[in-house]
Amino acid sequence: MTEKLTHTPSHAPSRGPRSLIFETGAPESRCVMPPAPDVPGIDLDEALGGALRAEPPLLPHVTEVEIARHYSHLASMNFGVDSGSYPLGSCTMKYNPRVNEDAARYEGFAGLHPYQPVDSVQGALELMVELAADLGEVAGLPGVTLQPAAGAHGELTALMCFRAYHVDRGDARRKVIIPDSAHGTNPATVAMCGYEVVTVPSDEHGGVDMEVLRAALDTDVAAFMLTNPNTLGLFDPNILAITDAVHAVGALAYCDGANLNAIMGISRPGDMGFDALHINLHKTFSTPHGGGGPGAGPVCVTETLAPYLPGPVPYRRGDGTYDLAEPALSIGRVRSFYGNFGILVRAYTYLRALGGSGLREVSEQAVLSANYLKERLREAYDLPYDRTCMHEFVLSGSRQKRENGVRTLDIAKRLLDHGFHPPTVYFPLIVEEALMIEPTETESLEELDRFADAMLAIAKEAAADPDLVKGAPYTTPVRRLDEAGAARKPDLRYRPEE
Amino acid sequence: MYPSDLKYDKEHEWVRVEGDVVTIGISHFAQHQLGEVVYVDLPSEGDSVNAGETFGEIESVKSVSELYAPADGEIVKVNSALSDAPETVNEDPYGEGWMIQVKLADPAQLDALLSAEEYEAFVSEEA
Repeated sequence: MTEKLTHTPSHAPSRGPRSLIFETGAPESRCVMPPAPDVPGIDLDEALGGALRAEPPLLPHVTEVEIARHYSHLASMNFGVDSGSYPLGSCTMKYNPRVNEDAARYEGFAGLHPYQPVDSVQGALELMVELAADLGEVAGLPGVTLQPAAGAHGELTALMCFRAYHVDRGDARRKVIIPDSAHGTNPATVAMCGYEVVTVPSDEHGGVDMEVLRAALDTDVAAFMLTNPNTLGLFDPNILAITDAVHAVGALAYCDGANLNAIMGISRPGDMGFDALHINLHKTFSTPHGGGGPGAGPVCVTETLAPYLPGPVPYRRGDGTYDLAEPALSIGRVRSFYGNFGILVRAYTYLRALGGSGLREVSEQAVLSANYLKERLREAYDLPYDRTCMHEFVLSGSRQKRENGVRTLDIAKRLLDHGFHPPTVYFPLIVEEALMIEPTETESLEELDRFADAMLAIAKEAAADPDLVKGAPYTTPVRRLDEAGAARKPDLRYRPEE
Repeated sequence: MYPSDLKYDKEHEWVRVEGDVVTIGISHFAQHQLGEVVYVDLPSEGDSVNAGETFGEIESVKSVSELYAPADGEIVKVNSALSDAPETVNEDPYGEGWMIQVKLADPAQLDALLSAEEYEAFVSEEA
């Protein structure tokens, strides 16, 4: 028998999936026994105008300890950034410092109601004003909205502001240009906003092809969307020429801020000539990421575009108190209440804990970590764009596929057995069998070495025993999942047995 | 792998010519690169297609890619069986995995397509 496991990951779950919560418990089980009511009873059916359902809903009936065990078990099967390294490229899965959580739980923040009078939430407004100013400073773009609930939401918000700007000038335009290395959310945003997507290929260095861009630019182009550094982890050295060319035809330049973790305190999208940037607080500013969020995707814009931002925007009055105002040409609200306020508190805490010099160190360390891993892995895997990288880099599993029949997906699954969350795979689309690795600044040198050792071990396994890698994972709560089957015939809801 | 009675384009579609109606699908190389196909989004009969423009989308476990029309014309038939069995594109790309049939506006456009030999050479360069 082949040895399936080279070392035992500390978090290796010992048990596979148990029953669903619906299959747990018994009809008579209850979590809570409410006391007898001390107010007069009413006839519910009558109060509801005869709309009371005849059959009770099929809800689980479990005791408190059964619920606690059920969710503890699910949590034990999970893999998060608190379980181990999570080098998911383009996602910046950095550690979420506990101090953020402490601040978000202060009663003065956690106990607020969004309908409270402005006079009684002055501290919360002050925090939002300061956070907006700090993010605007990092971005080099002074107008800021904290409303958007995620990165793609921020993209849409910014493009809606772009549209309002063009329409206001009596120059409605139809097209938005996007490079072929872009995140899928970019073309989706463009389509959602009613524009036509024009995709342009990257040059041989993975940057924007200036000739192709100039040929695509005309007075019907509303915007150019770019991620810089891009999804290959490369900073575009032509960035000023790019934004100049975009502005020359009256179009606006949008920066996808997914990769902001590489450049904080070093270079600013506003100084690069961008008109707008979204920031993923759940990436760059260490708020929880994944699990459905909530995230936050603040948008920073130039002074010219600030009047179009969603309202209301908190601001500081002359007397030092805080209030809400609607920007003059606002596109309107994009999120209820104040956005995901608890997330804003966490990001503000992170910013204040690190300060300006700390943020710069974050980016320096993130870039150093990525380059260190790239150098350790460059012999064992193909490195299609061989340049000094920023906070992430892209390897290719082409050699393993060609020589051993081992695909990138197999390598990713085998990493689970070695105790690591796999990197992003098959993205960006312009790299065959792509493995996109972003270690972030929060992993120690020892942990980076453990990850590199695992990747090198898998390259050896792929050559010596391809079937071992192709059959992975072996140590996870469930084995290789049928991803095609799940997409072709999804089974999405619980159906009780009749 | 690349039947010699078909024509190909550089976006990896194949074309089978029968009079002024052509059948269009994606090549063995394309289905292999995509991996397991999970969804194929095709246009409707009666829609028109233009050479070099997209006529649909194909989604695999890895990615979503666009399908490009190799010539201008009107769609006369769509392989609706692919909506229930997208895996057919992997299993039989040149047969049951066909996607659309198009009545050509200008059959001369087919002259720009590649022969099986030329396509195979193109693919081996790409790979």
